[in-house]
Amino acid sequence: MDGVLGMGGYAAYVWPAYGITAVVMLGLLITSLREMRKNESQLAALKQAHPRRRGRAEEGQS
Amino acid sequence: MHRFANPARFLRAAQLVLPWSAGLTVALLAAGLYLGLLGSPADYQQGETVRIMYVHVPSAWMGLFVYSNMAIASAVALIWKHPLADVVAKASAPVGAGFTFVCLVTGALWGKPMWGTWWAWDARLTSMLILLFLYLGHMALVNAFDDPTRGAKAGAVLALAGFVNVPIIKYSVDWWNTLHQPASVTRVGMPAVDPAMLTPLLLMGLAFTTFFVTLLILRVRSELAAAKIRAIRMVQVHGG
Repeated sequence: MDGVLGMGGYAAYVWPAYGITAVVMLGLLITSLREMRKNESQLAALKQAHPRRRGRAEEGQS
Repeated sequence: MHRFANPARFLRAAQLVLPWSAGLTVALLAAGLYLGLLGSPADYQQGETVRIMYVHVPSAWMGLFVYSNMAIASAVALIWKHPLADVVAKASAPVGAGFTFVCLVTGALWGKPMWGTWWAWDARLTSMLILLFLYLGHMALVNAFDDPTRGAKAGAVLALAGFVNVPIIKYSVDWWNTLHQPASVTRVGMPAVDPAMLTPLLLMGLAFTTFFVTLLILRVRSELAAAKIRAIRMVQVHGG
């Protein structure tokens, strides 16, 4: 296991490369999910509050 | 393509694709990471740093792929005015910027031990940095207008004008003989990459692609919901 973690003396370059990749990818995933949930729940709340507008608003979008 | 330009139809199709793209991403990542980190040999010249390639090269591919995608969506938006095309372009930009950033940083982490420098104003590196700026510029421009349709139009023009950079990146290693090595995966003739290294590389490339599809679905859904919220508010203000 030391061989893998040590990366033949290049651990200081290999692991940060994987770490930064993971951080950026997870960051994109988390922000995308959070934003989607926020918008979709807000939309659902608006639709519930204004059921009469629903048809017109959707027509405007499609 | 035409059929999916309808947002309602897109949402239904996306609902079917999402579990598959997410599941495939996890499976491909697991296989790619296992082979890349444990199941493949060190390079005889690069040593263990060759493993950086399994995240560096796929993120470079994705930086170019996502931008090309964005340019096509922008062309469709400008020519046919499909409502979904602008949304796809806007949703793609931050993802493409993320991949390009990862490509540049992992490249620097490989460059330091192998080339002896974090950065060089080499043609490939410089054109990739310009790609990052194009993504960031697009993100800023799209959000810079009060009217989202004007922002989308300005963004589409920028995405198309910036597309000239894509072939420059692709052929930079052939046109300018500077530091960055030329392509080895697509080289015709003799196999330039051993299958033991090519397999994890391609697996990671596929994993990044399905990950992009997953993110794109989430982000387009988010944008469509935001557009509907704006429309409902508009009706509230002006219609009642």
